[in-house]
Amino acid sequence: MAQNGKTVIIKVKRQASPDSNPYWEEFSLPWKPGMNVISAMMDIAANPVTREGKPSRPITYDSNCLEEVCGSCAMRINGRARMACSALIDKLNQPVTLEPLSKFPVIRDLAVDRSVLFENLKRAKAWVPIDGTYDLGPGPRQTPRQQEQAYPLSRCISCCCCMEVCPQFNDKTNFVGAATIAQVRLFNTHPTGAALKEDRLHALMGDGGIQECGYAQNCVEACPKDIPLTDAISEVSGQVMKQAIKDIFTR
Amino acid sequence: MANPTIIVVGGGLAGLSATIKIAEGGGNVDLFSVVPVKRSHSVCAQGGINAAKNLKGEGDSTWQHFDDTIYGGDFLANQPPVKDMCEAAPAIIDLLDRMGVPFNRTPEGLLDFRRFGGTLYHRTAFAGATTGQQLLYALDEQVRRYESEGRVNKFETWEFLSAVLDAQGVCRGICALDLRSMEVRTFPADAVIIATGGIGAIFGKSTNSVVCTGSAQSALYQQGAYYANGEFIQVHPTSIPGDDKLRLMSESARGEGGRVWVPKTAGDKRDPKSIPESERWYFLEEWYPKYGNLVPRDVATRAIHKVVYEHGLGIDGQPMVYLDLTHIDRATLDRKLEGILEIYEKFVGDDPRDTPMKIFPGMHYTMGGLWVDFKQSTSIPGIFACGECEYSYHGANRLGANSLVSCIYGGFVSGPQAVSYAKNQTKSDTSVNGAFDSERKRQQEINARLMSSEGSENPFRIWRELGEIMTKDVTVIRYNAALAKTDEKIVELLERYQHINLSDKEMWANTSFVFTRQLYNMLQLARVIAQGAALRNESRGAHYKPEFPERDDANFLKTTKAYFAPDADEPRFEFEPVDTSLIKPRPRKY
Repeated sequence: MAQNGKTVIIKVKRQASPDSNPYWEEFSLPWKPGMNVISAMMDIAANPVTREGKPSRPITYDSNCLEEVCGSCAMRINGRARMACSALIDKLNQPVTLEPLSKFPVIRDLAVDRSVLFENLKRAKAWVPIDGTYDLGPGPRQTPRQQEQAYPLSRCISCCCCMEVCPQFNDKTNFVGAATIAQVRLFNTHPTGAALKEDRLHALMGDGGIQECGYAQNCVEACPKDIPLTDAISEVSGQVMKQAIKDIFTR
Repeated sequence: MANPTIIVVGGGLAGLSATIKIAEGGGNVDLFSVVPVKRSHSVCAQGGINAAKNLKGEGDSTWQHFDDTIYGGDFLANQPPVKDMCEAAPAIIDLLDRMGVPFNRTPEGLLDFRRFGGTLYHRTAFAGATTGQQLLYALDEQVRRYESEGRVNKFETWEFLSAVLDAQGVCRGICALDLRSMEVRTFPADAVIIATGGIGAIFGKSTNSVVCTGSAQSALYQQGAYYANGEFIQVHPTSIPGDDKLRLMSESARGEGGRVWVPKTAGDKRDPKSIPESERWYFLEEWYPKYGNLVPRDVATRAIHKVVYEHGLGIDGQPMVYLDLTHIDRATLDRKLEGILEIYEKFVGDDPRDTPMKIFPGMHYTMGGLWVDFKQSTSIPGIFACGECEYSYHGANRLGANSLVSCIYGGFVSGPQAVSYAKNQTKSDTSVNGAFDSERKRQQEINARLMSSEGSENPFRIWRELGEIMTKDVTVIRYNAALAKTDEKIVELLERYQHINLSDKEMWANTSFVFTRQLYNMLQLARVIAQGAALRNESRGAHYKPEFPERDDANFLKTTKAYFAPDADEPRFEFEPVDTSLIKPRPRKY
């Protein structure tokens, strides 16, 4: 309930369907300790009335774990692409503006379609090609150092913030984006995963390939998991270059 | 039938494991999930996965793992499937290792293992502090591989509404809702596997993800499936209280040496670091000298509850105690626990490397779930279940790091079982078509009724009331009078549900409509939990009644089986003996 009579103002960019026009709505909520953007939207759902007292509707948004590990609730909060669950109200300037990610088709309100990333992961064969699930004993031995290199890359939550903030990620370039490139690095590094290295590098050549990266470095700034995205892009760029040269002589 | 089509509902560890086995065996899978499968709740599991690999020279064995699991579950689990799971666990770890899970390593390059609650062995393999995420991704990647080969067809952002049953009560497919277009459609299948996870939302705030509503399990229970041991709810001793949810602080924090304490003086307002050792009460270490901070979850939860509510020693008078890691050096903490410490830092704002964390027990896991036989088959022919949504592996209390192994093992059993069931089925005749039509119509009518309902009730407020009473009276400590009142309250909420008014009546990506449908199923399942708890007049594992403080094997070494009585619109109960053929029940004393 309201404590000290403090209020929180939330300004939401809404859109009823993919084809309809967006519009803004403002909500005024009683402040509570520990509030984040998700709990504010939960409060709106329990009492969907705008600041002007007009009856409204609960906000449509994607969310699941609320611990910043499922990658669902990415949106633009005060103009910045980030996860709503870890956006603490007390650390945000008011009014808190909420907008959908701008580089992905809006489904409704703050929910967008990010399936492009999963399609890219398919193209890049982002998996280890095991023979089967029957018992073949342990995997290849790996040093703690190898594990420490792979683990950060493997923490990518597919939130797509890196793609949202990338100036090159747009319809003109078809750029694949940092997240997929980092996964290529992860699987090319794995002793068994490396079997598909050439396929992955070829997937990153040509239209929308890794050469579209303009080194703006926005991705690494925006990544909520601090994944070394620019390192991955440099490394994989080198791999792609070597592969391209190799292709000239072997094809 | 050469290549059966199996529907798998749920894309967490259990559903993906089942999917991989079916695709590998040549079957086709239609995989349904309310979220893109990579965003499933399994990603939240932090600490690790158990398998008696015995790589630390401790003489660990799969039998010891089996014994710890049965003993930890207070002898309520049927023993043969648990034994099979523990024996399969080491090969499951090897497989995950081969799939590329970045498990932590020893200097020699072998898998590292940590200790977890309820065992004296280093038996838990882990990948940083995000083991569930890493395991889910490994399986997700293998499924994506099968998807690109055309063996798996994903239906992401589709919600399971019900099973399609023929006149003989055999499952012939499912009825589902497209969460964008709101279209209701039926899908035929030769068998169905339910892998829909937990039920945290019934308790309002929990450590579970938003999608863990138990709606699918409840729908099947209302269609005639048995629901077993619903009253066994695990309350995790260390969660971080939050406004939107309770965030888990993994047991691995204690596995790596974390100590639980409170100031000895009530209302001590000093900075915790300035409180000298002699004025701190490490109550778990004092009460349980053998296991210390690593007693099983139910024991730790009740101890914290007692210290806060009976001794009145919660920090600053609040229901919270300290979980302290500050005596461990930063480098070790970062290497082994970075992910979970980051969660605390991000969501609370304090650095747990410098200052003790404030934690309190929170609803975490359901040991109960859909009843299945020893081969993962539910009581409805053609429907199998695996993962948290079924009841069979954890008895009255689950040990830490056993959930991931039970999900994967259950998936690995149910996938091939569903295929062999499907191969033995005769092709369904045309009369089945009527079943699809009538089930779709039934679901469309429910939707139409909800959309046109003109009452004054807000579904989110009904949900908050449900969560509050379930948390207060059906978690750590249970009294029969309060349980009876809870059931009355749920009946009242079900009545109010009939007068709901949806503020959103759009037929496009209407999340509150979908939630309201789930809410009905939550209310029905809540009665199974509350009434099951009322009937079990003993204390066992996570189920604790001060009025009946002892375990009562003579009367209650039995599985609770609830079934829905459509005429009365409420649960009925039966009790089934537990298979204790391998380990004789003994008192559980840590």
